[in-house]
Amino acid sequence: MNLRSEFTKGFFKENPVFVLLLGMCPTLGVTSSAFNGLGMGLATTMVLLGSNVVVALIKNLIPDKVRIPAFIVVIASFVTIIDLTMAAYVPALHAQLGLFIPLIVVNCIILGRTEAFASKSGLLVSVIDALGMGLGFTMALVLLGTLREILGNGTVFTVAIPVISSNPMLVFIMPAGAFLALGFLIAGVNALRSRFELAAAIRSGEPQFRFGAVPLFDATDAKRAAEELAAKKAARSAAAAPPGASESKEGE
Amino acid sequence: MKIESTLPNMFIVLTAISLVSGAALAFTYGRTKPVLEELNRRKKVQAVAEVVEGFTNVPTDDAYILGDFPGLELYPAFDGGTDVGTAVRSFSPNGYGGPVEIMIGFDADGVITGVSVLSHTETPGLGAKMTEPGFLSQFMGFDPGRATLAVTKDGGDIDALTAATISSRAFCEAAQRAWSAVQAGGGR
Repeated sequence: MNLRSEFTKGFFKENPVFVLLLGMCPTLGVTSSAFNGLGMGLATTMVLLGSNVVVALIKNLIPDKVRIPAFIVVIASFVTIIDLTMAAYVPALHAQLGLFIPLIVVNCIILGRTEAFASKSGLLVSVIDALGMGLGFTMALVLLGTLREILGNGTVFTVAIPVISSNPMLVFIMPAGAFLALGFLIAGVNALRSRFELAAAIRSGEPQFRFGAVPLFDATDAKRAAEELAAKKAARSAAAAPPGASESKEGE
Repeated sequence: MKIESTLPNMFIVLTAISLVSGAALAFTYGRTKPVLEELNRRKKVQAVAEVVEGFTNVPTDDAYILGDFPGLELYPAFDGGTDVGTAVRSFSPNGYGGPVEIMIGFDADGVITGVSVLSHTETPGLGAKMTEPGFLSQFMGFDPGRATLAVTKDGGDIDALTAATISSRAFCEAAQRAWSAVQAGGGR
């Protein structure tokens, strides 16, 4: 298993927010500012790290039929520990995130990673997986929070931006704006993914499943695109070459 | 070696996990409890100090409540033996997004010396602007005995927040309730 790809997959090709579309509740709920997104992302990363480590360590002690309740107890304990610790040591951030901290318990990313990954993998890869997924989630939340804060409040990390801050679009820091901003970001990420996938498919002449579980192009699409590209190239070289040269080539 | 899913096994494993989790939680709770209590106490003291001044006692230690005003808490401020005012934690259930909770201070004559919002769930950018000085400053030095604590739309002397009359009304209601309580509890 490649440790580096286990770490980086959370940022782009299996990003929990943009690609897997998991954990939408905190994503939409707390990202009214970049700082809130950062706090929520890091809190989730801590819980993910803790539960992945514990589950990877005790996976052989848990009977299969009760694995889900066992995982949930582990996750809920970590969430409560984080909740209490944040309330005591970063009260301002805790007051901002409020109800969303306890709700990390039901975040599908956490249970998803423990169930699909840590319960079947070793300790080290589980730690790497938790860090990659958690930081990928954090990155997505900070991106979304920054976008919404700029458009909706005219600030970045509470630093005012001239011009925009005098007349911001309030809708972006309200719930409806969360859906709008997330939609635009996912569209952007999908456009990037489809570009990478199509390029890879054209090179190999086969569909590529490297970005996410669902390929954006099937085999015939890739084949057609490859043929079109080849035809275009041929047409271009024919147009570029002087008529005489191509005729003599044909003569040979 | 994976443990089999037999009833006793499942029972033992889940109990063990719950016990360990419970112990970890108890430990964390024990460690954070004094910090949290101190934080809450300090927050209250600070909120009081923001709205009244010139006192030498600890108003939160002398807090009292009045039977006629449920939900309100009054913090008397003294300088030595003289009454220098009262801070009141007041609220209104009628905010646009839910209850609005404020801390408001009066001097010995009933003139408002300071006000701050403790909690609210008003709309960001509209009603939530009640926490900003642009709105709050008009309460400084306001004497509810001579002027009317209500928005101008209701015949009062407070300029409502733009497009947030309901939030402004709730705020005035909370302030008015606090003032009534201070008047009723006067001569304590």
